[in-house]
Amino acid sequence: MAKRSAKVTVAGLTVPFRVWAQRFAFLGFVGLSFALMLLSKAETAGIERMRLAIVDTVSPILFVLSQPVQAVGQAVDGVENFFVVCDQNRQLREENARLVQWVQEARRLGVENATLRAQLEYVPDKRSQFLTARVVADTGGTFFHSLLINAGSRQFIRRGQAVIWQGGLIGRIAEVGQRTSRVLLMTDINSRIPVVVESTGDRAIVRGDNSTRPVLQFLPDNSPISPGDRIVTSGHGGVYPPGLAVGVVAEASDTVITVQPFVDWSILNQAVILDYGVDGILPAPEQVPISPSRSQPDTEPNTRVVQ
Amino acid sequence: MNTLTVFPLMRRWLGNLVPVATTFLFVLIGQLPLPVPLLSDVAPAFALISLYYWIVFRPDLMPYAAVFGLGIVQDAVAGAPFGLYALVYLLVQALVLNQRRFIAGKPFWVFWSGFAMVAPVAALATWMLASLLRGTLLAPGTAFVALVMTIILFPAIAWLLVHAQRRFIGMVEA
Repeated sequence: MAKRSAKVTVAGLTVPFRVWAQRFAFLGFVGLSFALMLLSKAETAGIERMRLAIVDTVSPILFVLSQPVQAVGQAVDGVENFFVVCDQNRQLREENARLVQWVQEARRLGVENATLRAQLEYVPDKRSQFLTARVVADTGGTFFHSLLINAGSRQFIRRGQAVIWQGGLIGRIAEVGQRTSRVLLMTDINSRIPVVVESTGDRAIVRGDNSTRPVLQFLPDNSPISPGDRIVTSGHGGVYPPGLAVGVVAEASDTVITVQPFVDWSILNQAVILDYGVDGILPAPEQVPISPSRSQPDTEPNTRVVQ
Repeated sequence: MNTLTVFPLMRRWLGNLVPVATTFLFVLIGQLPLPVPLLSDVAPAFALISLYYWIVFRPDLMPYAAVFGLGIVQDAVAGAPFGLYALVYLLVQALVLNQRRFIAGKPFWVFWSGFAMVAPVAALATWMLASLLRGTLLAPGTAFVALVMTIILFPAIAWLLVHAQRRFIGMVEA
């Protein structure tokens, strides 16, 4: 008996309490997770601030980690390009010849446009401003389609601005931190883009469905649509400026019309944020100082790059 | 206390942070833009591998609070509803702690098979919670491919973690 009691230690005595505390901690954190999910579902402002604070904190680490990944990508591209350089050169020459003709045409149309505008006393749209930022995280994931870019309210990014890359729409700014922003991709299930079919002018909505090809909805019943038709933003609702290239119709059956976006998701390491000065139906933009460049007369598009 | 005793203490203290630090890095690595077509859609769950590894080998260095925090960071970066990955990681921790005695100290294939059973549970829980919170049944196709890739890549990540453990912490279990 004496031998047994001699083995009793303080640490041994605290074991039941420690086990109880651990179980309590587990249940506490599970409960906290549920509570946060409910608050997140209700889109509480505090949750968004917390999310942005975390993203702003880790974005420099993401930026550093993305450097070797991009270097490897560039090296792979370099090797690939080496093997196709002859073919690519021939294609580029042909394309260049075509583009020279287009430049002539564009100049002629520009003069004609200016003349007609002068006759109509047309008030031109505000010129857009551009900001190029690096993609630091592609959280594409399976269930949530978004990107993080290394530009935020410090670079005068505002919620709702359209984001493009290589001429094709990617999505829009959904959250703005101080030095990081989240881009909601057009493929995300929460994305809705008012569009028009370029050839017919029929209005519709491009709805993301978490697949690589979003769906074209609410097109008039009698609208003639076929694969290959170009889809551009309509500008309705005031979120996206009109005329941005969204994609081409990939499949048009009686039940579903899908759109193949113009943007090549595999080379999406940078993104261009457009500022057309449209605030749209989204909640009020973040409290940021007004960009000094916005008060300048709109002559040429203003471009900036964030590295 | 002189410098001779301070340095080993510091080394041990920093070593104890390795499980959380490596898992944190894998949370971020899993979100990097990969220059391979469509790979970001089916990116392996590196963080889950790291989490499983450390919960099996050093559960004392992976407390509930840390697992919760890692989940919250993943939620924030991935744009997921707050608490989703935190809850999934906590469930994984509870599951692995419960079955740990059948995995720790056994051959590698047992360790790998254990992960092959835990990873689908985590993927299913993520899919169910994401579908519930987004109000629609999400297509599980790409999640399934990501799951298969995660299980296939497990030995490579586990190999890295074994080296990290040997180098910074030692093989002594709690």
